[in-house]
Amino acid sequence: MAAIFSPAANLAAKLGLIGAAGLVLGGMSWWWLWPRTDYVRHNSWFVEQPVPFSHQHHVAGLGIDCRFCHTTVETAGDAGMPPTYTCMTCHSQVWTNAAMLAPVRESLANNTPIPWRRVTDLPDYVYFNHKIHIAKGVGCESCHGTMQDMPLSQKARSLTMGFCLNCHRDPAPNLRPPEAIYDTDWQRTPDTPSPAALAQQYHVGGRTLTDCSICHR
Amino acid sequence: MSPRGALTLFTVLALLSGCDDMTVQPKAGAWSPEATLVTPPQDTVAWGDAALKPPPLTLALLQRGQQRFRIDCTPCHSELGDGNGMVVQRGFPAPPSYHIDRLRQAPTQHFYDVMTDGYGAMYSFAGRVSPPDRWAIAAYIRALQLSQHPPATAVQTSR
Repeated sequence: MAAIFSPAANLAAKLGLIGAAGLVLGGMSWWWLWPRTDYVRHNSWFVEQPVPFSHQHHVAGLGIDCRFCHTTVETAGDAGMPPTYTCMTCHSQVWTNAAMLAPVRESLANNTPIPWRRVTDLPDYVYFNHKIHIAKGVGCESCHGTMQDMPLSQKARSLTMGFCLNCHRDPAPNLRPPEAIYDTDWQRTPDTPSPAALAQQYHVGGRTLTDCSICHR
Repeated sequence: MSPRGALTLFTVLALLSGCDDMTVQPKAGAWSPEATLVTPPQDTVAWGDAALKPPPLTLALLQRGQQRFRIDCTPCHSELGDGNGMVVQRGFPAPPSYHIDRLRQAPTQHFYDVMTDGYGAMYSFAGRVSPPDRWAIAAYIRALQLSQHPPATAVQTSR
């Protein structure tokens, strides 16, 4: 009686088993890795805007403070997007014929907002308040990156729950002196008060910042 | 509904709830398109935007004024107030220096009004600078003027 399996079947069976194991392992790695990629998190993504606004030019080049445009960052949950009127404060006189700025002029003439697209967006089930972070010594750069180096705005941090919790579990090392909050180039120097001293100065630590209701309300 | 039916329904609903992670919810955020086009009725004054009497002059007021001046004014007026800020260096029409006789003699109210209503090429800053901050900035402009044009007695005593 002839053998049911030829000698080559050994190889086929082995390859099949290895392939199946590879498929399972690969699938699991993919399932775990894929959501963690910068691609999925839109990390360091540029977003196409109606007007290619350059923070690099306006912040690093001209030295305009963040709060000139984002006026409510110290007083409200939302940092505030500047109305067209703010853009036209200068651009009614400077670059008045630039084709690039046509949407800005049309926006003012027609009284319709410029449809800026969000670069840094949190999920809708997250409550975030700019005012309290500024008041407690968290710099813009901690979440937004070095905006002054960006010719086009890009999302600079993952802004995942892990990112937020990383700081909420131990905020002290991420606090800055009040004068450094808007300085995207700030580095800790020997003269900087210690993290513990800053935490005490800002009264950080009296409340459990990892409570669910801090961010999910 | 039988217990078995209820269990099935619950299981199906529980599984389906994973389909929408609620990252994007159909609620109007501060910057959603439907929320931005709200025009206030005519002749209304925004809350907290009514004219204020000048506050008493304190060090805190001047420090607040300096901070707000450096945010909202220095791009054109420069930190010195001579009207040669970075935006002027890039082509914006130069505003007058604060250190001219006309502005030294102008009442402090004048600076407040310019911030509220704009002046020449300068747009109104009423939407960006609150009335108390306008007084603080006006006070700081006064301090700048003094710094560049101190009375002779003050200079002599400091030597």
